[in-house]
Amino acid sequence: MERKLIVTSSPHIRSNEATDKTMRDVVIALIPATLAGMYYFGFQTLIVVLLSVAAAMATEAIIQNMRKQPITVMDYSAALTGLLLALNMPPEIPYWMPVVGSIFAIAIVKQAFGGLGHNFINPALAARVFLIASWPVEMTTWKFPVDAVTEATPLALIKGSGVLPESVSIFNLFIGKVGGCIGEVSALALIIGGIYLVYRGVISPRIPLVYMGTVAVFTLIYSGFNFNFMMFHLLAGGLVLGAIFMATDYVSSPMTAKGQIIYAVGCGLITVMIRLFGGYPEGVSFSILFMNVVTPLIDKYVKSNVFGGVKK
Amino acid sequence: MNLLSFRGGIHPPHSKSMTEHLPVEKALEPETVVIPLQQHIGAPCQAIVEVGEKVKVGQKIGEAGGFVSAPVHSSVSGTVKKIEKRMIINGTGTCVVIESDGLNEIHESVVPKGDVETLEPKEILDIINEAGIVGMGGAGFPTRVKLSPPPDKKIDVLIVNGAECEPYLTADHRLMLETPEDVVYGLRAVMKVLGLEKAYIAIENNKMDAVLSVKEAAKEYPGIQVVTVKTKYPQGGEKQLIYACSQREVPSGALPMDAGAVVSNVATMSAISKAIRTGMPLIERICTVTGDGIVEPKNIMIKNGTRISEIVAQAGGYKGDPGKLILGGPMMGFAQFTDNLPSTKTTSGVLVFTEEQARLPEYNPCIRCGKCVDICPSFVQPFAISAYSLNGMFDMAEKYNAMDCIECGSCSFICPSKRPLLHSIRMAKREIISKRRKTK
Ligand code: SF4
Ligand code: SF4
Repeated sequence: MERKLIVTSSPHIRSNEATDKTMRDVVIALIPATLAGMYYFGFQTLIVVLLSVAAAMATEAIIQNMRKQPITVMDYSAALTGLLLALNMPPEIPYWMPVVGSIFAIAIVKQAFGGLGHNFINPALAARVFLIASWPVEMTTWKFPVDAVTEATPLALIKGSGVLPESVSIFNLFIGKVGGCIGEVSALALIIGGIYLVYRGVISPRIPLVYMGTVAVFTLIYSGFNFNFMMFHLLAGGLVLGAIFMATDYVSSPMTAKGQIIYAVGCGLITVMIRLFGGYPEGVSFSILFMNVVTPLIDKYVKSNVFGGVKK
Repeated sequence: MNLLSFRGGIHPPHSKSMTEHLPVEKALEPETVVIPLQQHIGAPCQAIVEVGEKVKVGQKIGEAGGFVSAPVHSSVSGTVKKIEKRMIINGTGTCVVIESDGLNEIHESVVPKGDVETLEPKEILDIINEAGIVGMGGAGFPTRVKLSPPPDKKIDVLIVNGAECEPYLTADHRLMLETPEDVVYGLRAVMKVLGLEKAYIAIENNKMDAVLSVKEAAKEYPGIQVVTVKTKYPQGGEKQLIYACSQREVPSGALPMDAGAVVSNVATMSAISKAIRTGMPLIERICTVTGDGIVEPKNIMIKNGTRISEIVAQAGGYKGDPGKLILGGPMMGFAQFTDNLPSTKTTSGVLVFTEEQARLPEYNPCIRCGKCVDICPSFVQPFAISAYSLNGMFDMAEKYNAMDCIECGSCSFICPSKRPLLHSIRMAKREIISKRRKTK
């Protein structure tokens, strides 16, 4: 028996946590939002989602095959990128766009930097911004769910006039009866998914709460304590989706508690700046991308005190 | 209940059910014992017996080789056959090989030494020293050294570690259940040595029966407080226990005594009690033989120097082909490539995994999930130290406080990408220490 004993350094046991389980949990958490999108916008959203996911997974498999790396498409990470990208698209998008976006996300943003764990920005967000920059018209043509006319999103409405549109109630915003991207319309569905992620220990509520809290505080102050204005900004657009599912992306967000708070406040501030003073009605993608880029700096300068280090 | 604890830590499966209800059995008499002259941190002992010499149980056979050292004694009566280098845990070392005559004659020096009430602190310290008592929970630090802090270090917190937070191990648990008086008696002796009126015995809340039994044994001593700590790994870490009991942080790079604290194991207390009451030095201990690769897991009282293969045989032997043999627990124990090794004062467990369990999973890239940061009880950033270490950037690893890592293994355990975190951090620590030596 002697020669067969395995000798390794401790610890000799490992938890049954695994990256694919984590990613799978995020995919599961996105199901309510996906279903809500299909409910409000109809069948073609399903095609957008399927195309986007399939393109992401195929791209990953092809690249890994070309590089003779182990094929890891079944680890849910590519599927998740595809799904997130789809949820960030208008429902009436031409079908080739999710495909192009997913290829860009996986091939350029993820694999060109070394694959899982090495992309410094969120691939789905980067792809979204790439699509907005390249095909702005297609990416900002919205379908309004109730009467199916093409119309501006609530955020675009408020942008033009500065007053709250009467056609959109806070309640409708909450459940998702508004125009917008496939996955961002129903705050309710997104929050259900977020609670699931926190419950499963996949994310801590720190980033979403601080991010949305920052937006809440600043819009409240800006509007002279107009509660409706604040709620409007919280629920409209991609804030909830971004705060729960994009800003919390492990790879591109800070790892320490303190770092995460700084990062989330940064996301919130930039979102408010863009929305209130910038040229775009929506600032979530840009702000998260920007903070993604800052993350290495935050991680570098914000370290937790070691046990027995400088006392508070 | 408001349980005492620390920040960070993990919850590995306990895996204690195989042995926690099994009373300690006495081991069969070994025919030969192989007693290493180094069973502790510090300088090895010098042999004071010769080949051919007759020895008795409790006779000193190795004299302490320096200030940080502890003598060793024979665990059998018989004849010294050889004094030679043998394989011991993690390397080789000089061992005294004694063939037992099976009579178990007790050496003349083994007589009761008195009573805690009447002995002077200095006398107790001498008894502890002569009995070769070392910390029986971990690395085997000589207890006398721990109890003789330099005069400028005022000790005011004394904690007995009964947490037994390592999965699988139940030796301390059984000890606290079966002979709690010994733990309390030994603790009273240590309190006297340190001149303390108060002390804690800390036990995890998954061993409530042990909490009750030790409380019962300690009820006449109001200064001894039995505290229930949260079941969480590494609750038994010195710094973690000190924090849980006193909210004190041991300063980075310093020792518990720098925070005014001393932590010692329950088994050590029991050994001190025996040394005072019967005069018997530390020659045996309880060891948990367990794991899915063992036919009949047990808690056994084993004599120092018993071969691991014999210990395994007494637990029914191996079940199928063993995959991994670990001395100690699964989190901090040492994997061995042979069972032809002698047990020592610190052999708290013999854990055998099946081939299936022995294989560690392949690792994947870090996904920066931050789990290792969240759970690190030293509040360092394992992923960062590990990454620097793997890239040979040991200066950066040092800047990221590699030296504060207590090697508990929690980060490697929790990592969803199964990265060898502790492994690479150890590598960095070794490099940093050797660099510090060179520059000194
Ligand atoms: S870095 Fe060290 S102290 Fe922290 S969890 Fe890993 S092994 Fe434990
Ligand atoms: S736990 Fe593993 S995957 Fe997560 S941050 Fe640490 S090293 Fe990376």
